[in-house]
Amino acid sequence: MTDISSSNALENPMEPGAQPRLLRILTILTVLGFAATLILGLFVAGTDIQQGEVQRIFYIHMPSFFGAFTAFGATVVGGILYLARRSETWDQIALAGVEVGLAFALINLLTGAVWARPIWNTWWTWDPRLTSAAIMCLTYAAYLMLRAGIEDPNRRRAFMSVYGIFAFVSVLITLFIIRIVPETIHPVIVGASPQNAQGGFEATSGVVLALVPSLLLWLTLMPITLIWHRVRLEIRLEALSLQKIRALNE
Amino acid sequence: MSGERPIIEVEALSKAYGLLPALRDVSFCVGRGECVRLLGANGSGKSTLLRALAGLSKPSSGRIRVGGWEMPKEAAQLRAQIGLVAHQPLLYENLSARENLHFFGVLYAINRAERERRSAELLRSVDLHKRAESLVRTFSRGMKQRLSLARAMLHQPDLLLLDEPYSGLDQKAGELLDELLLAARSQGQTIIMSTHQLERGAQFAERALILSRGRISFDGPGSASEISAAFRRAGDAPGL
Amino acid sequence: MKTSFAAAVLAIAGKDLRAELRSREVLMAMALFALLSVLVFSFALELDRAARGEAISGVLWVTLIFASILGFNRSMANEQDAGNFDALRLAPISRSAIFVGKLVGNCCFTLCVGLALLPLMTVLYGLNLLDGWVLLTTLLGVGGFSTIGTLLATMTAQTRAREALLPIALLPVALPFLLTAVRATKGVLGGEPQSEWQVWLQLLAGIGLIYFVLCMLLFEFVAEE
Repeated sequence: MTDISSSNALENPMEPGAQPRLLRILTILTVLGFAATLILGLFVAGTDIQQGEVQRIFYIHMPSFFGAFTAFGATVVGGILYLARRSETWDQIALAGVEVGLAFALINLLTGAVWARPIWNTWWTWDPRLTSAAIMCLTYAAYLMLRAGIEDPNRRRAFMSVYGIFAFVSVLITLFIIRIVPETIHPVIVGASPQNAQGGFEATSGVVLALVPSLLLWLTLMPITLIWHRVRLEIRLEALSLQKIRALNE
Repeated sequence: MSGERPIIEVEALSKAYGLLPALRDVSFCVGRGECVRLLGANGSGKSTLLRALAGLSKPSSGRIRVGGWEMPKEAAQLRAQIGLVAHQPLLYENLSARENLHFFGVLYAINRAERERRSAELLRSVDLHKRAESLVRTFSRGMKQRLSLARAMLHQPDLLLLDEPYSGLDQKAGELLDELLLAARSQGQTIIMSTHQLERGAQFAERALILSRGRISFDGPGSASEISAAFRRAGDAPGL
Repeated sequence: MKTSFAAAVLAIAGKDLRAELRSREVLMAMALFALLSVLVFSFALELDRAARGEAISGVLWVTLIFASILGFNRSMANEQDAGNFDALRLAPISRSAIFVGKLVGNCCFTLCVGLALLPLMTVLYGLNLLDGWVLLTTLLGVGGFSTIGTLLATMTAQTRAREALLPIALLPVALPFLLTAVRATKGVLGGEPQSEWQVWLQLLAGIGLIYFVLCMLLFEFVAEE
């Protein structure tokens, strides 16, 4: 979904300064949406009886993971389409997906740590889900390292498309780890929580009201808008280095 | 494929490594049985052109046909009729000379008896038959180069591509190579050979192609002095 | 004139094995590393006997995967150093034959190390690892991460910092094999009923199959230029 909407508008992305109208609309919607979901989460939703105000971090914590999911998904789609069509744009989308997804995944980890400090009484614990989320971040850090190590651009694009497809495994593991290693203390809010989960709370109508808009925003608007901006930046960087080489060749 | 049709047809071939152009708009044809010297300074695109002809690197644009097969669609058939001697020897260090030839013989679907015969014959003609059972890692640069040539000729390719075949060879080995190439020519094989030494191969290669900054700056038969003048002009052009 | 798939696979795997039997560079390094790793683990975990029994399957698999990385790196470096990979790509064989050939070779080396580790660990840790099911798990697990390891080693061998990049690139994507293999081994060794751990073996085989198909499809792009 991400890629279809952005590819149409990327057909003439080279005009400097001029943003496609759709992108401008998306940007405004994203900013407004983010403000609105923050208000919903911070002020409208009720305070959790057991956990207090800190529970509100959940309205960012969980959606940010799904934001990363969309962004890393864009990397997979971009990779497959690059290998099929050999158009640079798909590779740029894949790269943007990694960077945006990594940022979201870090937000996910940080907000989790802030929440765990009062609830689990520690910033970090070697819980299966936490570990797999950290490994997911490292996988995409590895993607960026590997990418920097390949000099020939065509080879780099092809290789990273392949790696981006396999890297998604780490996202799926994080999602399904509770089924593989059931002894996690990480709570599951939607669906059955594992037996030893600590710090769960009920998905009351107030929670759902604040969660659903935030989830939708992070799943769609946020990653799409950010990836689009990042792709435009990448295109400009490449145009710049092309000019540099031309200038050196004169 | 009739004898009429040129074995190599290259049309508007361009190849860029990222933003750096290595070949720009190169077009030429080579007829069957021709022997062409590819001349040019370092970095002029000789190796890139040979790799593209061998189907090892994809052109950025343009068309390549070898023996009527087109890149990259029919790359497998195209590659089957090419023998390549590259900068690197393309040999396994921990296998003996004979084992190397046998291995590549299997890859080229040469049957067992034929494989034995061809490799014994080739080892003798590159003067390595006494070292057939020695591991390649004990070989000198020149010996590897000769074995590499034997490997490239193993499947009797229609087209031999040689990238600086004389580098690392001493006087005697150089003469051996001359003989081998002459023999290959007389059997009707087409030879394209890159070199930066003007005198090399001049006695049997009637045609010279000079590459300069990724473009063909001279193409055709010519006297030694004409070619060397064109070569010098190309060499004076500022490099990339 | 096109060489049959099986002939090409056998030739490529055969020449890797032959060269390795002659020099034994890779196998020795892998075996020595595995031995050291097991000893270091057994030393580090000495204090707590209960924990040692628990940790044995983890020790086995972590050791195996690190040892295999040594092998993958060397095997692809052998192709890359003298430009041999070009020679393979030049031959009229399919790209997937190159992949399967290299995979079979890599798999053999790692399996050798794995098969040597099982009796060794049986002695060192006093737990019987010489069990048919543990062997099957070893086979499936080694086959699994050799598949993705061969593909990624082909990639990293063509980068600047190749030896350093492979573990970083491989470990996260080989994690499904590590997780399921550890679970299965633990279940077998812990004497749990078969119904409890069978699912891990099935999962291991299933993931292996998916990875194999993906690698076959994607190897072409890794070997193209």
